[in-house]
Amino acid sequence: MTERRYMRVRADMPPGHVRTPSYLRGKVGWVERTLGPFPNPEQLAYGRNATPLPLMRIRFSMAEVWGNATDAPDDTIDAEIYSHWLEPAEAPHAP
Amino acid sequence: MPHDHHDHMSPSGHPYRPDDDHPLTYWQQMEIAVRELLIEKGVTTAQEISAQIDAMDARNPAQGAAVVARAWTDPAFRADLLQDASAATREMGFDIGPMRLIALENTADEHNVVVCTLCSCYPRNLLGLPPDWYKSRAYRSRTVKEPRKVLAEFGVTLPDTTTVRVHDSTADMRYVVIPARPAGTEGWSADALAALVTRDSMIGTGLPKSPDTA
Repeated sequence: MTERRYMRVRADMPPGHVRTPSYLRGKVGWVERTLGPFPNPEQLAYGRNATPLPLMRIRFSMAEVWGNATDAPDDTIDAEIYSHWLEPAEAPHAP
Repeated sequence: MPHDHHDHMSPSGHPYRPDDDHPLTYWQQMEIAVRELLIEKGVTTAQEISAQIDAMDARNPAQGAAVVARAWTDPAFRADLLQDASAATREMGFDIGPMRLIALENTADEHNVVVCTLCSCYPRNLLGLPPDWYKSRAYRSRTVKEPRKVLAEFGVTLPDTTTVRVHDSTADMRYVVIPARPAGTEGWSADALAALVTRDSMIGTGLPKSPDTA
């Protein structure tokens, strides 16, 4: 198994059409696969020339997203996050 | 006698259903305005719009069931499907338009379930329109937080040894679950197997029908 590449989702709350779910902002997950490049929906939604960006499928543990509120910490959530929402991160500490 | 209140009863003796008239919402008005402008400016025609609606209505979960059944019976196709589900379904002859599809395979160790927390992204170009509950706030908010409880309400109870993988369909990709092939179907044809594959089993909220009940 290759080493996991961890990423943190930016914790910003900008206005407008954003396809990064707010419940995942600030959370750390690992790259499940890389897709795209696809046009940035934040520009596309307003009829602007949209920059092609890599789209990453990031896998988050339930423990990372919901903390103690989950009863299945090792279950996972995968979401597609555009690369400009991601920054490299350390592996999260076990809760 | 039951026909006394003529104001409220139809001639057949049943109450009139109230009209469901209500003002157009902002987005309904917007859709009508944009559609009429596109037609007036010659970008599209009413006939083309009707044809697209007909094409979407003709898509249904049986298309997905055929894909799943082939994956169960054709190892080379299964490998192609997991590698590039869009190409594999097009190669089977399905017109999925520009849809980018990922197939997620359920095994004894992993159970996949699909949700779109932001709106209602669904592999419509293969499975047709989504069920109403898929678009509900309850399904969208609870599936990412307590998927095992949601699945149990759909009648799917998973052992602790099975990892649940929730897929939030947030951007460009659409997802179809390849459920695990039911035991007791050895030697079945793809056509017979397809009859076991339900819509919900391809969302991950159900399992295929048992061969005993099919």
